[in-house]
This record gives sequence, structure tokens and C-alpha cells, in this order.
Amino acid sequence: MKTLKTFYDNIGLPRLIIALFFVLLIVASILLGFSPSALFSDVVRRWLMYGTLVLAMVPGIQSGIGLNFGISLGISSGLFGAVLAMEVAFVRDWNGLYGAGSPWMTLGLALLLGIIFAAIVGTLYGMLLNRVKGSEMTVSTYVGFSAIAFMNIVWLSLAFKNGELSWPLQGQGLRNTASLSGSFGGLLSNPDVVQTTQPEWLHWLAFRVGDFTIPLGLVLVFGFLCFLVWLFFRSKSGIAMSGAGENQLFTTSSGINVDKKRIQGTAISTVLGAVGIILYAQTYGFLQLYNAPLMMGFASVASILIGGATVKRAKISHVLIGTLLFQGILVTALPVINEVVEIGTLPEVLRIIISNGIILYALSKTKGENQ
Amino acid sequence: MKQKSNVLNKVGSFVFDNKVMIGFAIICLVAIVLSGSPMTFIVDGVMTRITRNTFTVLALIIPVIAGLGLNFGIVIGAVAAQIAVFWVVYWGFEGFGGILLTVLIATPLAVWFGYLVGKLFNRMKGAEMIAGLILGYFADGLYQLLFLVVIGGIIPVNNPKLIISGGVGVKNTIDLTGNLKYAIDSVRMVDIVTVLFYAVLAITVIKAILHLVKKYQLKRNDLTLFGVSALAFGISYIPVVERFLSTDRLVLLDAFTGVLIVLAIIQIAKIIKSIIDKQPAAGIKKPVLLLVLYGVLYGLTFIPAIEEVMLFVKLPVLPFLLIAGLAWFNQKILSTRLGQNMRTVGQSMSVANASGINSDQTRVLAMIISTMLACWGQIIFLQNIGTFSTYGAHTQIAQFAIAALLVGGASVQKATNKQAIIGVILFHTLFIVAPQAGKELFNNAQIGEYFRVFVSYGVIALSLAMHAWKVFKKEVRPPTEGSDLISSKPPEISEVVNT
Amino acid sequence: MDDQYLLSMSNITKEYYGNRVLKNVNLNVKPGEIHALVGENGAGKSTLMNILFGMPVIFNTGGFEGQIYLDGEPVTIESPHAAMDHGIGMVHQEFMLIPEFSVTENIKLGREIGESNALSKIFGRLLDKMDWNQMSKDSRKSLDSIGMMNIEEYAKVAGMPIGYKQFVEIAREIDKTGIKLLVFDEPTAVLTESEAGRLLEIMRLIADKGIAIIFITHRLTEVMAVADSMTILRDGEFVARKEVGETSLANMAELMIGRKVERLVEDELLGQRELFDDRIALEFKDYSVDMPGERVRGMNVKVRAGEIFGFGGLAGQGKIGILNGIMGLYDTEGEVISFGKTLDLSKLGEALRNGIAFVSEDRRGVGLLLGESIERNITFSAMQINNEFLKSIGPVKILDKKAADEHTKEMIKLLDIRCTGPSQVVGSLSGGNQQKVCLARALTMVPKILIVSEPTRGIDIGAKKLVLEHLTKINRELGTTIVMISSELVELRSLCDRIAIVSEGKVFDIMRPDDSDVAYGLAMAGVREEVR
Repeated sequence: MKTLKTFYDNIGLPRLIIALFFVLLIVASILLGFSPSALFSDVVRRWLMYGTLVLAMVPGIQSGIGLNFGISLGISSGLFGAVLAMEVAFVRDWNGLYGAGSPWMTLGLALLLGIIFAAIVGTLYGMLLNRVKGSEMTVSTYVGFSAIAFMNIVWLSLAFKNGELSWPLQGQGLRNTASLSGSFGGLLSNPDVVQTTQPEWLHWLAFRVGDFTIPLGLVLVFGFLCFLVWLFFRSKSGIAMSGAGENQLFTTSSGINVDKKRIQGTAISTVLGAVGIILYAQTYGFLQLYNAPLMMGFASVASILIGGATVKRAKISHVLIGTLLFQGILVTALPVINEVVEIGTLPEVLRIIISNGIILYALSKTKGENQ
Repeated sequence: MKQKSNVLNKVGSFVFDNKVMIGFAIICLVAIVLSGSPMTFIVDGVMTRITRNTFTVLALIIPVIAGLGLNFGIVIGAVAAQIAVFWVVYWGFEGFGGILLTVLIATPLAVWFGYLVGKLFNRMKGAEMIAGLILGYFADGLYQLLFLVVIGGIIPVNNPKLIISGGVGVKNTIDLTGNLKYAIDSVRMVDIVTVLFYAVLAITVIKAILHLVKKYQLKRNDLTLFGVSALAFGISYIPVVERFLSTDRLVLLDAFTGVLIVLAIIQIAKIIKSIIDKQPAAGIKKPVLLLVLYGVLYGLTFIPAIEEVMLFVKLPVLPFLLIAGLAWFNQKILSTRLGQNMRTVGQSMSVANASGINSDQTRVLAMIISTMLACWGQIIFLQNIGTFSTYGAHTQIAQFAIAALLVGGASVQKATNKQAIIGVILFHTLFIVAPQAGKELFNNAQIGEYFRVFVSYGVIALSLAMHAWKVFKKEVRPPTEGSDLISSKPPEISEVVNT
Repeated sequence: MDDQYLLSMSNITKEYYGNRVLKNVNLNVKPGEIHALVGENGAGKSTLMNILFGMPVIFNTGGFEGQIYLDGEPVTIESPHAAMDHGIGMVHQEFMLIPEFSVTENIKLGREIGESNALSKIFGRLLDKMDWNQMSKDSRKSLDSIGMMNIEEYAKVAGMPIGYKQFVEIAREIDKTGIKLLVFDEPTAVLTESEAGRLLEIMRLIADKGIAIIFITHRLTEVMAVADSMTILRDGEFVARKEVGETSLANMAELMIGRKVERLVEDELLGQRELFDDRIALEFKDYSVDMPGERVRGMNVKVRAGEIFGFGGLAGQGKIGILNGIMGLYDTEGEVISFGKTLDLSKLGEALRNGIAFVSEDRRGVGLLLGESIERNITFSAMQINNEFLKSIGPVKILDKKAADEHTKEMIKLLDIRCTGPSQVVGSLSGGNQQKVCLARALTMVPKILIVSEPTRGIDIGAKKLVLEHLTKINRELGTTIVMISSELVELRSLCDRIAIVSEGKVFDIMRPDDSDVAYGLAMAGVREEVR
């Protein structure tokens, strides 16, 4: 009985509800006659698509800055890197020169540029957060919003030659959504793209088994990133960072500069955000500019909280479970709800209620303990 | 020489204290010049937006004073208003009566919501702002659930004008034309005077009764108030005045002149009073200077460019009176015991508690008042704008109201009526001219639009960061030992050894 | 009940979770007298005053036994508000003032005078209009009555000298109608000498108006100077009530400290060690630490290699600051020299790198990662400073789980930490076992010098003995120099070779464990021997 109670306390009512809801949806969708393998393919795809963005929360939480709503800074950096890489590829005509290798080069350059921008931005952002200790979340939310608004102006002012990016017949401004189909879209996850554009020896990157799609390339990349983060938090530096997030005084008294660790954590979180959005775009097939990433930070925060993280502690397992549950519900809810009540916007409403509800719950938990 | 440096110092500290406001004013000026829009257009637009938005911005002041920071939760007040508006429109009520019914339904709802929000914030002390923000989104989700699923889905509502063709869920926009549009704006002045007169009459009668049963001492002010209102009521029967008052809009020039006249009368009264009290020298200087200033201001209206604007812009009377009333209310509530308690709680909850003030209760009251005012503000907003965007009208309200307040020079801990009003003027000036300025400057109106969004986020981010920085710098780790004579924590005691 | 007393608290007994902190304590105060309440930290003064003020902490932990009489009448005081209604007020040590408010606003805090109006008649007092005119008049009167003509009632409190703030607090209490008894909680602790003198004068002035004063202080000289009578508490027990005229400083000091000292630790090896005055393990030269509430102000002391050296003294005198400076949590000045090497304390981890390990007095706040495993806690410092428990994979250093695990198990066995295993989360351990984890972390550093601060605070008697025994063992067997900072004199005297009494941030005196109680009492109170 006692273990049951601790089990319940550890999980928390909202998480329990969400998990049960997910199970219910799966059962309902199967009963309603949806193809399980198509559904699961979709769940897996969305899971991997958002995974890295959620993973980016871990270094932030562990280093003590709390829920990093400011992940939008990383997202903006990543988008900027991707946009620049695509323009370079177009201007240099990589497609013509390197053929099947061109998307890989574009993806590589996008990641490289994104990581560089994110590292710079993240470091500066970390320095800002060190000055506002105690109010990181409020400040980071609005810094994130401001960054998106600022990038809107940037997108609008860029004059690029690549027709996929810029509006036709206009000298200035980028599209709202730029298709990646000629570039690195689906390169790691879409069997159609991989089978048609890539040489035979790379066909294992994404393939189908019956109805079920296996995006092996993306699985490996995401798995590798998770492994890197896991490894980092077992390294000397990572352990020091966890300490800094858990107890600043303890860590300081052990001879570690807590502020530096927080900056590192913020920078790593921002870099993962940049990588995350590029992998997201890769899976989705489109680059979404302007206000599309505005609330992505909230989705990431909500996912990791659903997975069981708190404002102070997070693990890789929280990332995996949380993203699976959150995205899983959104994917399965759409067809089920449409079948039952025919209100197309309901999953969106559900998303708003679940994500903000869980954040609110987590906030009330931590602040309640402090009193 | 010394005096000069003193003046310079004063100017310097004025600029420093109002840096946000001054910086923003400069941006506005530059944008106005760049846009090349005619002043008539700008002033008219700004006045319309003042009508719509000032009430909501003023609703933010009390939570700031009570230490709850910028109330991102006013979205919830707006939601209460919108629920009421929907039903009133659905039931087919119209005009000012419809507005009264809306207020009647919305107010208890808003009070209840405010109570819940206050309770929640008491559980998250120190994180009210982020909680309020998230709570706003959360409430939006529940609101959508109500309007998309419950209305039509569970509560049968049959009205093809309001409901999506499938019969479940409310349409994206509800047209208020013909029912609530301008229901407050279009109240005639003569009606306002009449209602005010009867209200004062009723209050005076009640006071007189209280006086008779010896529970209240009737004061000279009470009688003066009654006299003035009776006089105003009487004058409104003079044909010329009646004709003037029988409209619902006031030309800006008339409004301006009227305000100047009232102010001038007050100053003259002060002069007379100080002459009667026989201390003329000290008491007269300021009123006389002000009188001269009013004269100069009135003179300015004769400049053709200004006169043109003044004659072009027409103001709805009642909303402005309501805004003035709210500003007055904010002022008055602070001079009561409740207001003093709020200020104390805002400064330090622990000191307040130690002084016997129930700080949790005070905070809940502040939230109830703020939520209720925000709700009324949203009603004014909707009736003025005339189309009710079901799923969008409330989403940005906190964002824009808070940005406006901050632009006026307020901070997380300090906000005044003046800052709210200046803020609304500056912020909405930028909103009006930014697209045109963007077009002139970059040949792209959208850049201007994105710029104003950036500014509204940026000013909040800046303000929050500056506040957090200030708090963080002040924070010192409390001594680990020392006097704990009156502390609420029991001393640390031995715990049972784990086995 | 004897009605010559304004206040009688008789036979007060209080337990916190079965831990008796007050045993049959009596406190009697006459009208118009200044009555001093003296005792060491932990003697029970705070608890007694919490009872007098009806603090929630008392009632949340099961109330108390005994009876309070006011003017001879039995009363129950169940809330601070009730205490106020009975005319009992307090001048706090940490000021209950709002800096941004004016003096008048602060004096009238929570007791504002309102004018009722039609609205407040209907909706209640909350809508009363404030009568600032009357309030500033009252404030003026109350300030004048304590001779503070030069404090303007309309001035902001922010930026006033500390002494003035204290006077504003006093004026607030005086302004309360029907005030009969005023408690001053260590009022002179934060004041300069001249301000303190002024305060004592004002206390006399108030007492002469017929208001009784309970004066809580550690400064015995002040008691002698201003009090009429006093009550002495020791370890939660009533020791004596004395008229000041009938007693002396030495007598007071003895009553405050007096108790049997026994060696808590069995030790055959004592005295077999050789300590040399020229082999210095740790030296402080003009050492200052800027720790609020526990400032160290220019300390000079030498600790010999191989000895157990104690720092004692009252709370707030600076003994706690000594370690916090070394840990790098607060800024320091002056020199700390360890085995001839001057430490640069501005560099984080400097002490650890030079063979100094420590156990903080703030176990939960500084000493532990409460959410992490025992293993992580024990190995953390050694890993970060000495690169232990790591293995290299290329350029990166990764946790050597096996080594860490083995070491932790060893420590669990050595210190008898009761737990389910190395992976148990430290936050779920009992206080005593948490303290052992702290000790294990320090020992893992294999230090030449071990500094422990309040090593037995908040742990039960069995664990206490074990910790102290182990400290002695480390000292005897490994030759580790041990510096022990503690509020418990008994503990220090049972273990240490020498004990430095810290007063006002400096070493007041260095004493032997077998010095007399009187000597300890006077040293703790900061009274020079000449006065004796």
C-alpha cells in the first residue's frame, strides 16, 4: 500500500491522467478501425521530430536555469543556419555539382552554422540569466518572444536568391514556409526521399516494413544525441553542472564556478535547440519561419514535464517518455476525435490545455515546497 | 551658478527616471515623421484606441501595488466578459440595456475567477507573473473548449448567425452591429447628466437617512455635491445647453475647452479660498501660474494645424468618463485602509503579517478587483470595436496592456494612473504609425508591423529583466544563525534514525 | 498568584516532538522594571518568548504546559494579535519596518486610524479613509516621548542610520494603546556603542513611565548597567531570579554556564600526541569575512599541527563566518596560512586543493545535494578537486562508477551510515546519517586539516557521540588537525585541546578545556578579566 502511494506521489495525478488518456486513445483508435501500423509510424515520426527540442531542456534544467522557455533563441539560430546553408547551396549550385551529396552538405552546413550561432547566442543568454537569478523563467519567456519578433524583421529584410526561400517577384523577404524537398527534407526519415534520391547503399536510412515506416537514420541521430547528453552528465564537467543546478552553495564550496556552469548549460541547451529545429524541419520537410516557432518552447517544456521532470531535475528518460506521451496523444487524438465528434480544432485545444496545465502544475508544485 | 546646476540635476534625474518613456516618445516621434501620415488621422486613431484600451491598462495598477507584479492573468477577466457578451447577444438583448445585462452576468463571473486566480497565486508566491502568463494560455484553452464544444455540443444553442453550420461551436466572429456596438459610446450627454443627478440625489437621501438615525454625520461636502449636481441638472434644461448635450460625441476642441474651464474654475476657487484664509502670497502663486498655462494651452488651439485636428476628432463621452472614473477609483482605493494594506503587503508580506494584516486575503482582493476591472474593460473594448472575434479578442490583451503600462514608465513594482495613460498614448501612437513608417523607410509595411510587435515583447522583456536584476542584487543570503525569537520555523530537532 | 507582578509565567514546560526544551520555567516581571532574560543560545529564551507571544509555532507543535498570569489574572494568549491586545509588544532584532514607507506609516503599520464614511459603513472598515493628520500627530507624540525630537515623522525610513530604525520600532510599540510590557530582543546587537548607550537610556525612560521591559541580551555589562532584576535560564531550565543589586558579573556568568563537563569520548591516547608551537597547521592573520550576521573582523589565531582546536562563542559573534570564508561562500580579507602556504581564497576551491576539507554547519543548505545519491555526495568534491573516481575516454573524463561505488560502500561501513545502499537519495536519510555523509565527503578528500562546523546540530544523542568519537579517532590515528566550531561549550570542552572564544568577530580569549565555568561565562559574554 505504501509503495503504491509513493508510486502515485512520484508520478503525480496529471501524469497519470495523461498516460491513461493516451492508452484510452490508442484503444479507441484501434476499435475504430484505424491501421495500427500507420498510426504507430506517425507517432514514432512525431516522437523523433520533437525529441531533440525536448532533449534541449535537460541541460537547462540540470544547470539550474529552470524550464528554458528561451529555447526560441536556439530555434532562431538553427533556422538562420539552415536558411543560410540553403542559400549557399543554391548560389554555389551544389545540386548541379555534387548531386546526391548536395543535401548532405547542406544539412551539414546548416548544422554547423546553427551550432555556431547558437553557441554564441546561448553564451550571451546565459550571461543574462546569471543576472536575473530567481526569475529566469519569466525573463526567458519574454526574451524568447522578443527573439522571435526580432527574427521576423530579419526574415522580412533578407534578400535571397533561392526561390524556395524567398517570395517570387519580390526583392525582399522570405516565405512563411520554405519547402525542403529539393534539399535535406526527409533525408534521414522519409523512405520515399531516401529511396529516390540516395544511392543504394544508403537505403537503410529509412525504409518500410509493411505499413510501418522505420526512419532508422533519424533514430540513430536522435539516439546518438541522447547518448551524448547522457555521457556528458556522467563526465566530470557534467556532474559539476548537475551540482550547480541542485545546490549552488554546495557546488561553490566544492570549488566550482556556478555561474560558469550555468552559462555552459544554457549554451548547450541553446545549441541542442538549434540542432533540434533543423532535425524537426528535416522530418517535417519544411522550414517554418516567422511566428511558427513562437510556442515551440512551451511544447518542449510541457513534454519534459509530462515525462516526469521537475523544474529542478530532468533525465533522458523524462525526455523519451514525455515526448512519446505528448506527441502520441496529439497524433492519435486527431483521427479519433474527428471520428467521434467531428470538431477539427479539438486536438489543438487539447494541446493548449494539456501543455499549459502541466506547466502550471509543475510551477505550483515547486513553489509550494518552498514555503 | 548653483541654481543652474541644480536645475540641470533635476532635468538629469527626470530623464533618468523616465528613460523608458522618453526613449519610446522619441521612437514615436521619429515614426510619426517617417510615416508622413496626417495628424488628423493619427490623433483620431489614438483617441479611438484610448477609448478602447485605457480601462484595461488601468486595471493593472492595483496588483502592481499589492506586490503581485504585472497581472498577466487579466486575460481571465476578458474571458468572463466574452462569455457574458455571447449569451447577451444570443438572447437578443440590445443597446445600453444589453450592456447592463452583460455587466450583470460578467461581474460575478469575473469576481469568482479573480478569487480563484488569487488563491492560485498565493500558492505560487514569487512566480505570479510566469504563472499568470501560463494561466492565461490555460484559460484560453478552457475557453476554446467551452466555445467550440460545449456551446452547441452540450448546451443546445440554435442560432445560425452565431453557431458554425454543423450546430456545434461558435463562429469565428460575432457581429455586434445592431446589438451591442457603440452601446456605451452612444449614450447621450444629457442622459448621463440626468442619471448622475438622480444617483447623487439617491445617495444624498440615503446619507440624510443615515444622518437621522445618527450613524453618519452629514458633511458640507455632501451638500455641495448635491448642489452642484442639481445645478448641472437644471442647466441641462436650457435649450442651447440641451441641444449641445443631446449628442453622444464631443468634438475634441469642445472637450479640451471644457476640461480647461473646469480646471480653471478649480484654480480660481483655490485663489479665492487662500484670499479668504488670508495667506495669499504662498497659496496664490501656483494657481495663478496654472491659470496662465491653461490660457496658453487654449491659445494653442487657434493655431490652424492644431485647430484642424481638434475639430476633426470626436470623442465618445461615456467611455472617457468611465476611464476618468476608474482613475479616480484607483486613487481613492489607495487612500483607504484596504489600499494601505495593499501597499504594505506589496512591500513586504512578512512585515504585513507580523503587523496583523492578512496578506493572503489582501492579495486575493487585489486580484478580484483587477480581474473585475479587466472584465469591464473588455466590454468597453468589444462594444467600441463592434466585431467580436470569438477566439482572438482576448489573446493579446495582457500582452498589449502590460506593454503599454511599461512604456508609460511603470515597472513591476510601481505603477500610476499617469503612467498608464501616457503609456497607452505612446504605445498606440506607435501601433498606428509603425506600418506606414515601415513602408516609407523599407518600402515594406510589414516590417513596421513586426517592429511594433518586437517592441511590445521587447519592452516587457527589458522591464522584467531589469526588475529581476534589481531584486537579485538586493538579495543577500540570510544569516544561518542568529536571533530566531519570533520565527515561524520550529527548531531543528533530532530525527529518528533510519534502520 | 502574587499580584505584585505584572507578568508571571509559571511552571512553563514545552516539548518539540518529544524533545523537552523548557522545564518548569518561571518568569516574573514587576510593573515598571527592566528585567533581563539571560542564557546561552539554546537555553530556551526564544521558546519562552514564542509562548508569551502566542506564536503559531507553539500551537502547531502541541502547545505548552504551565500558566501565564497578567496582573495576577490567568490569561491564554493564543495568537500574536492576542498578545498585542494584552498590551505586550516587542522590539525585533530584525526590524519589522518597510524602508519605502515614512516613519508615520511604519509606526502605524497595521493599526492605521481611519475615518469612517458612508461606504465603509456598508462594506466594512477596509474602506475607511486614512486619517494621516491624526496619525502623524500620534507618531510625533510617541517619538517625542522617547526623546527622539530629531526624527521627522514624515521622513522615509530607507537610508536612516540603524539606531534610528530601532527607535522607530520602539516608538511604534509605545504608540500602541495600553502597552504594559515591552520585550527587547537583543536590541544592542546591531548598534554602535553610542547608539547602544542611547538605547539603554531610552529603556530607562520607558520603564520610568511604568511600562515593564524584558531585556534579552548576551551582554552582561549591559544587564549590570540598566536592569533591575534578571532571570537566568540554562538548558531549558530555570536557574535563578536575582535582583541586579545582589549579584556580580562573575556570579551571573557562573549561573549561566555552570554544568558538569564530562569527556564525551573515551580516549586513552590523549596526551600521547606531541604538539609543537612551531608546527602550525593553520594560521589566521587579520582574517575578516563579510558574512552578514556572522562577520569575522580581523581575527588572529594559530592552530598547531595535530591538535583539535575549538571555536566557541555566542551566535552572531562571527564563529560561523570563519568556515564560510574558507569555503569561498563569502568575501574575505587578510591571510589564511596553511602549513606555511598562504591561501588565495578568492580562487574557488583553494582550501580543498590545499588539503583542507570541511563540514558545513548548514547541512541541508550547503553540505549536501539533497536530491542526489549518497555516492554522488560522497565522491563529488574528491572528483572535482582531485580527479578521483574518473576514467579517461580520449579527452573526456567519465565517472568511474565501480570505483565510486566501492569507495562509498567502504564509507558506509566505516561510519555506520544507515541506508539501503550507495544509491539511496540523501534527502531521505535521517539528520544523523546525513551528517555522516557530510563527514564521509570530507574524509574522502584525505585532508591534512578538517574543519567541522556545528557537527552535532540537529542529530540525536547516539549519532552525536558517534560523530564526535570518529573525529577523535581521525585525529589520533591519522594525525589530522581538526578545527571544530560549535555553539555547545560542553562538546568543545569534551574534545578540544584548546578553545578560542569568538566575540565581535575576533578571538576574545584562548582557553583550556578545564578552565572554570566563571571564566567561560565571562569570556562568552565578552567581559575582560580585569572587570572581575
